Amino acid sequence: MRFLCFPRALLAPLCALVLLAAALPAWAAFELPPLPYPSAALEPAINATTMTIHHDRHHAAYVSNLNGQISANPGLGDLSLEALQAQVGRFPAAVRNNGGGHWNHSQFWAVMAPAGQGGAPSPELQQAIDASFGSLEALQQQFNQAAAARFGSGWAWLIRRSDGQLAITSTANQDNPLMDLPGLERGLPLIGLDVWEHAYYLQYQNRRPEYISAWWDLINWNEVNRRFAAASSL
Amino acid sequence: MAHTLPALPYDLDALEPHISRQTLEFHHGKHHAAYVNNLNNLVAGTDLEAKSLEEVILAVAGEATKAGVFNNAAQVWNHTFYWQSLKPGGGGAPTGALAEKINADFGSFEAFTEQFKAAGATQFGSGWAWLVLDGGTLKITKTGNADLPLAHGQKALLTMDVWEHAYYLDYQNRRPDYISTFLDKLVNWEFVAANLAAA
Repeated sequence: MRFLCFPRALLAPLCALVLLAAALPAWAAFELPPLPYPSAALEPAINATTMTIHHDRHHAAYVSNLNGQISANPGLGDLSLEALQAQVGRFPAAVRNNGGGHWNHSQFWAVMAPAGQGGAPSPELQQAIDASFGSLEALQQQFNQAAAARFGSGWAWLIRRSDGQLAITSTANQDNPLMDLPGLERGLPLIGLDVWEHAYYLQYQNRRPEYISAWWDLINWNEVNRRFAAASSL
Repeated sequence: MAHTLPALPYDLDALEPHISRQTLEFHHGKHHAAYVNNLNNLVAGTDLEAKSLEEVILAVAGEATKAGVFNNAAQVWNHTFYWQSLKPGGGGAPTGALAEKINADFGSFEAFTEQFKAAGATQFGSGWAWLVLDGGTLKITKTGNADLPLAHGQKALLTMDVWEHAYYLDYQNRRPDYISTFLDKLVNWEFVAANLAAA
């Protein structure tokens, strides 16, 4: 530091900045996770262009905008992304929207896999599906209905409620079932499907039901099984 | 009365390169058409069937159990108004009484532009940005999904669709570029002036 700060007259302002930066707490900035597969890996159901723009532009913007909220919102930078969801109610809308956008998209990439590589529901999950819906087909029918009926931008979800039942719900914009928001059906998300137009418009345009139907080929049951096991052990 | 899809007031490729033929084909021929079709199906056989579009909107606004009717009716109205808010060779600054009113109520055309852009850019999710007349004063507003000034006692003068389907094929995630182009190249100020004069 001695060396860096010499000669003082010239470098004093720079040194002050360096020292100030070192004295600040290390903000735990939120980070954009990489896609867990190449951007073309989900074709033909979701093409590489859609995946690239969706991840590199839309998701990246939510992360960047969320980080932009840290300095104005004490405590935000100390929260994990997961923990933030359950307390967005005490933050401004920009934190709810961008924090939700970050969490929702992070779970979205993970709950998809290249077609044929996502495995199958575990016996425990299949049992829970049968108990709550009667069959996987009935679950899918209800889920597709919720996804198609979400007016405007939003998400469709399969959740595990606190009573152990599985349920289908949907949320507007970037809200999700973990959030402490009035009127929202809460639970632990097992599957979340993005039905913002940006998720499918380059390929499917107004045909959202076709996107929803094609999307089931990408479901990563291994990840859904993991989420279900984790939710059941709480 | 059966609601009908109005024809576009210009050719499908008239707004190129700012809004592509492909975008208008889907936006008008699929999205707007679907709202008209859904609305007619929803009101068929009900006491809303005989009402005009604006009467339907006012009758169901704020009623949670009629959200489907409201959404489709309002979207029929919004899109019809949006097509008229655009024209080939539009954009730039207005003139005459409208320009004077904008200067009086916003301070300057630049201040209006700044507020209108901000409304469009910050409408989170799907929705609309508006120039409205509210109690004799011009105001910029934004509404989510299908919501519209008529449901808030305001008179719409200009609208910009910021649902992603309005711009995604041409601009993808770059909504601010679409908004700038809307103002620089597409606004139909004659339509806005006529709406103000009729208010």
